[in-house]
Amino acid sequence: MWIRKKHSWDIPESEVTDYKVYLNRRQFINGAAGLAAASAMPLSFAAKAPTGESFDNLGKSSFSTDEKLTTYESITTYNNFYEFGTDKESPSALAADFPDRSEPWIVTIDGECDKPGKYDYNELIQAQSLEERIYRLRCVEGWSMVIPWVGFPLAELLKQAQPNSKAKFVEFTTLYDPEQMPGQRRRVLNWPYLEGLRIDEAIHPLTLLAVGLYGREMPGQNGAPIRLVVPWKYGFKSIKSIVRIRFVEEMPLTAWVQANAGEYGFYSNVNPDVNHPRWSQRRERRIGEFLKRETLMFNGYGEEVAALYNGMDLKRYF
Amino acid sequence: MRKHVAGLKILVFSISLLPLFWLSYALISDQLGANPIEAITRDTGVWALRFIMVTLFISPLRKLTGINEFIRFRRMLGLFAFFYASLHMLLYLGLDQFFDLHEIWLDIVKRPFITIGFISFILLIPLTITSTDKMIKRLGGRRWKKLHYLIYLIVVLSCVHFYMLVKQDKTEPLIYLLIAILLLGFRVFSQRRRHQVAGS
Ligand code: HEM
Repeated sequence: MWIRKKHSWDIPESEVTDYKVYLNRRQFINGAAGLAAASAMPLSFAAKAPTGESFDNLGKSSFSTDEKLTTYESITTYNNFYEFGTDKESPSALAADFPDRSEPWIVTIDGECDKPGKYDYNELIQAQSLEERIYRLRCVEGWSMVIPWVGFPLAELLKQAQPNSKAKFVEFTTLYDPEQMPGQRRRVLNWPYLEGLRIDEAIHPLTLLAVGLYGREMPGQNGAPIRLVVPWKYGFKSIKSIVRIRFVEEMPLTAWVQANAGEYGFYSNVNPDVNHPRWSQRRERRIGEFLKRETLMFNGYGEEVAALYNGMDLKRYF
Repeated sequence: MRKHVAGLKILVFSISLLPLFWLSYALISDQLGANPIEAITRDTGVWALRFIMVTLFISPLRKLTGINEFIRFRRMLGLFAFFYASLHMLLYLGLDQFFDLHEIWLDIVKRPFITIGFISFILLIPLTITSTDKMIKRLGGRRWKKLHYLIYLIVVLSCVHFYMLVKQDKTEPLIYLLIAILLLGFRVFSQRRRHQVAGS
């Protein structure tokens, strides 16, 4: 069952001014009296306003950046989520009610481990202590955002499954359900979307399973109800709407590698020195900013993750 | 129609400016989404391509309807194609690369889709320069015509430029490419028939 937390419109003061500014502006546009009226607002507003339940008592993280947050509106209307169409606007238009919250969402964990299992989303978020992590997100297309995720380290969950010595990689799978995900009715990618990490990348403390953003549960277009966030890799590695996590011995053949192995590698670490044929990766446009900025190696997380790749030729293993 | 050409020209001119007005308005009123610079770069590119196609459509339209006056709009439409292509390129040079010549050069040689877009833009320049009556006279109708066949190469290159920059869902550029090929096919077909008629 989908347990709903109490509906609360007040946001902890420490969080995210942008979100308030955003709400206020919308309020002003709609001429509404107070935040309480939000639920009664016209559709055009409802589609853009945060509607998810809010999470209480979120922990803080030393991994968070203090850079200026990308607005809630941008984060939730400029999305790459091909399961809901290939342009940036389709996901927010089509995923507002995704997933069907009257159905349970089960994440299966299996493969090379001693304790495989099925986890209900609601039990999962009750069992884990959720924290806020403000990460940079760098898309392979040359743009970036700063997003306040809510989630818990993937390692916490993987640990419970007790991977065995054959577990060299972790493979992730998105839901396959063309009924709910109209983009899957066309074979733009080899559905279901598949991603993977090396096991040491997967248990790295930066690697997050995210269940929300801006203090609220994950909007459909951002990969509800649960998604991966790997901040030092290009955005497409951070697979959305996960239903399966599998420990495997061989390197998984990920969706984008299947689509075009010459352009997308398994590792796909953010690297300003390795160009993509379509996009120079040296610079990026931070959404909301006019001038482009330099792209940082490992998206600025080198101090934490560079050791994972000691001795590896990152131009070859891109 | 002949009597109305002057008035219709003003109408076509105004309609051709609508994309520009719409884009400017949308930009100013913040309706272009989270990444407005990308949006205007793309939209001007698409409009350049559309105007190239409309220009190419004039000749078949004239033949199919028998209304010769359509030809009187072609130059203007062609110049609008150049206008939108120039805007597109300027937006790229200015807002994507901030006129950093070194970066731009690297882009042109390293990113095939930019290389091809750049070639199509360069090829548009001689067509634009030779679009005046004076130039047509100076070149002579035959040579002028030959030169302006370049537009078929340009339209195909532009579609390839579009095709290459799309990450995965190639439907839209393929539709444009299909139209380009149909237009090209029509040209080849009617040319042949003319030759046959002339030869018999
Ligand atoms: C006749 C000339 C040209 C035509 C008809 C043309 C057409 C197009 C079209 C149709 C698009 C795709 C828009 C979309 O995705 O919806 C595009 C994108 C683009 N074009 Fe061109 N183009 C031309 C020349 C150029 C030149 C000379 C450059 C740069 C030197 C250029 C740079 C770009 C860039 C960077 C994009 C991608 C924008 C983005 O994804 O952010 N184009 N162009």
